[in-house]
Amino acid sequence: MSAWFVEIFQVVFVVALAPGLVGLIRWIKARLQSRLGAPPGQPYRELGKLFHKEAVVSKNASWIFRFAPYAVSASTLAIAFLVPVLVVPRRLDMVGDLFVVVYLLLLGTFWLALAGLDPGSAFGGMGSSREVTVAALAEPTTATAIFSLALGAGSTNLGAIVAAALNDPWTVLTPGHLLAFAALFIVAIAETGRLPVDNPSTHLELTMIHEAMILEYSGRYLALLEWAAWLKLFVFLSLLANLFFPWGIATTLTPGALSWAIVTLLVKLALLAVVIAVMETRVAKLRLFRVPELLTASFVLALLAITSSFLLR
Amino acid sequence: MTLMGTLVTGAIVCYLAGALAALLGNDRWGRILGAWGAASGAAISLSLGMVALASGSVFSAVFDFPSLTGFALRIDGLSAPFLILTGLVGAASSVYGAGYSAAYTGVYSLRKLGALFNLLLLTLTLQVMADNALTFLLLWEAMSLVAYLLVLTEHREPATVRAANWYLAITHVGFAALLAMFFLLSAGDLSTAFDTLRANAPVPTQRNAIFILALLGFSAKAGLIPLHVWLPMAHPVAPSHVSALLSGVVIKMGVYGFCRIVLDLMSGGPAWWGGLALALGVASALFGVLYALMEHDLKRLLAYHSVENIGIIFIGIGAGLMFQSYGLMSLAALGFVAALYHTINHACFKGLLFLGAGSVLHATHTRNMEEMGGLIKKMPRTALMFLIGAASISALPPLNGFASEWLIFQTLLGGSHIPEPAVALMIPIAVALLALSGGLAMACFVKAFGITFLAIARSPAAEKAHEAPLSMQAGMGILGLACIGLGLTPFFVVPVLGRALAGLDRLAWETTVFSLTLPLNTPATFGSMSSPLLAAGLLILLGLIPLALWVIGANRRTRVGDTWGCGRIAQTPRMQYTATAFAEPLRRVFAELYRPTKDLSIDFHPESKYFVQSIEYQSEIHPWFEKLLYQPLIGIFHRIADRVRWIQAGWLGLYLTYMLVGLIALLVLAWWTP
Repeated sequence: MSAWFVEIFQVVFVVALAPGLVGLIRWIKARLQSRLGAPPGQPYRELGKLFHKEAVVSKNASWIFRFAPYAVSASTLAIAFLVPVLVVPRRLDMVGDLFVVVYLLLLGTFWLALAGLDPGSAFGGMGSSREVTVAALAEPTTATAIFSLALGAGSTNLGAIVAAALNDPWTVLTPGHLLAFAALFIVAIAETGRLPVDNPSTHLELTMIHEAMILEYSGRYLALLEWAAWLKLFVFLSLLANLFFPWGIATTLTPGALSWAIVTLLVKLALLAVVIAVMETRVAKLRLFRVPELLTASFVLALLAITSSFLLR
Repeated sequence: MTLMGTLVTGAIVCYLAGALAALLGNDRWGRILGAWGAASGAAISLSLGMVALASGSVFSAVFDFPSLTGFALRIDGLSAPFLILTGLVGAASSVYGAGYSAAYTGVYSLRKLGALFNLLLLTLTLQVMADNALTFLLLWEAMSLVAYLLVLTEHREPATVRAANWYLAITHVGFAALLAMFFLLSAGDLSTAFDTLRANAPVPTQRNAIFILALLGFSAKAGLIPLHVWLPMAHPVAPSHVSALLSGVVIKMGVYGFCRIVLDLMSGGPAWWGGLALALGVASALFGVLYALMEHDLKRLLAYHSVENIGIIFIGIGAGLMFQSYGLMSLAALGFVAALYHTINHACFKGLLFLGAGSVLHATHTRNMEEMGGLIKKMPRTALMFLIGAASISALPPLNGFASEWLIFQTLLGGSHIPEPAVALMIPIAVALLALSGGLAMACFVKAFGITFLAIARSPAAEKAHEAPLSMQAGMGILGLACIGLGLTPFFVVPVLGRALAGLDRLAWETTVFSLTLPLNTPATFGSMSSPLLAAGLLILLGLIPLALWVIGANRRTRVGDTWGCGRIAQTPRMQYTATAFAEPLRRVFAELYRPTKDLSIDFHPESKYFVQSIEYQSEIHPWFEKLLYQPLIGIFHRIADRVRWIQAGWLGLYLTYMLVGLIALLVLAWWTP
């Protein structure tokens, strides 16, 4: 019973903190750019405001447009259930492994891209086209990185990979592990629409990917989509943190272990938030047709990761 | 007579009765009775496959006609899955065809169409039962010819004739290879039962030749690269319910034949056999989806996706063969099961998509996606069915494409158990390219569904579109349900397929690995997945989100307004993204591969070149490597034909002399050889 309680607590925890993480990144970014910036709690206020506004839907849109926000949030929430955030081993490991997580991400992308095309505006189509391009080109890296992780752990189950890294802390420093981390980090940036692949804080048609797709959304629909996007970022970062640096994650269900897991996770996420904020301050957005080069580079990293795991086995 | 014997007879009688009814009846009753014959025959084929799988029993019968000795039929575990997919797609497309072919009334012969459709289903059903080379080859040729005539239904279109000719040529190249292969395999006696062939393994030197010929022959039918060229030509021009059968079932016969010969009769071979099949599979998967992305003819797009999915199936088979050669039997079994699962799944979702495309064609009279749009409002049920098919083929959970692709990924991950450096490098690349083709397939079906069904109609034809008649909806509904059902039950389908394969002689599978548990665990405990739980979870979450919105008191009002047009008031269809524009980023990324031709001409105003009067932009993509491969071959044939033309003098006496000379030569040959 308490095990299931912890599973649900974990998802509530992730859902509740996701807007805060984005607020934190924005706040650090503002400080690095010598701006005062909005406080980290700002995304919560944005959600509150959006939830209380009426939604405007284009007269050309079909049920796809109205259903997509629910489909996207449901698939992202399902991912939040599958990813180990605070505790291993997971009971939900049997529902899906890392490949299921990847294809659930694609499920969200599929619905969002359809919704972008639905109102018939040029912006939406442009965003959808770019989003599916980036998502498709990121796939080989993701699969190869999963392969290299699975080689080390002997399983694609998330709980098993984390547990394997916990049992043998030195695997964290093997070249295969580090290269796979670098590869997946690039994928995470591409998938969550951060700089240099996409700029989350712009509404200029030349640079938008994600924002172009959701341009027609408003009110509760927009709130759901924004929240889902932030949730995706939070889950991706905790996945990276826990797959590669699992220290601190709870292996028992005692309150002490759980609170220590929460503290370490928050520290790891804060560190990753600083990395992202620094990067977004230092680099400019890549031209769309340079993005494939970045993704190819990440693929090469992932391939090297596998080769080195084979050699060092 | 046993149950299975009765069912076999019943299916044959139904198909023949359907063909007869279609031939003798008038346009209306012939069409309907022919469809009934085909549908009931297909239902019997389906139940035959299910009975064979459930009982695990083997049916065999030998018919001795006076003129045709040794027409032998046998149903075993390998035939059963193919009987099931023939039955499923056959039943759905015959129900659909009852409504769809009405549009041909008075234009093309409905009698021929109905009769041939029944005959195609009959040959397909019997094909997987053939138990000796003679039966196999006769049915193979009959199936190919019937399919050829069906492709030729709209015979007044030049494109149709051209496509049918390509199909005929390639299928006969394949047939020649198969004939040679069976002669080698059965040491000259084509009526030897497959059982005897199983027992007498051919000499090792011949085994490689047999494998290469089998690969050549069966990949011509399956549409594996580089013999896939007939697929994107022939499938679009056939009537849509025939396309569904061609893409769903006929090309699967190539998969069946390959499995029958290589897995069953020869029971595997050296590692490079598997490696070759795997490499061809990866190449087909990638090239298929890349060319599909650039295609704006809805049915051609689907045909290219068949090339992709046949590639995925061959990845599974190839990996299985490779594991078998290294003695990793449980992984090999996983690969074959995954491939068979994907074969059935592809039959369902590709059949569904072709039927959906047929409904769109029926409503708009065009296959060009750039002239569609907004159809989801005019034909909501067709749109929903097409969406299910699109999500299945994009391998989105929890539908059937995802279940089998997940299994194929897990099979490939098992490659880490092989301590060979070449394999160690090949497998991750295969994994990466399979993942890439999966991602690209998703992109392609966002395009296919989004441009066809969403937003505003792009042409008057699309504006006047109407929902398909009930029979067509029912046909799509059958396959839509099959896609969902097969997606939710891998924990049931996988053990059943595993047991079916375990029944094959000389294949010592470890059947225990496929226990009937809810989460699907792969043998090497590499990963687990449970699509029913996943589906339940997604449904619960879909219900919880609106509930949560209600609890927090979110604003539930919705206002309908215009799409934002940057200040312009009137939105026209021309402001939307087109299919070409949608695929443009990927075209630029893979420009090296596509080598598109571009033609841009701008007319300026004579007074000032800041005013543009008209812009014409043309860009075409031709698969250049096909030209590279086929042009020289065609050239050689033309030259040979020119040389030997003098034989054809058009004088009857000369032809009679040829026959006499030929007869004497044969007699001499027969006398010479002991």
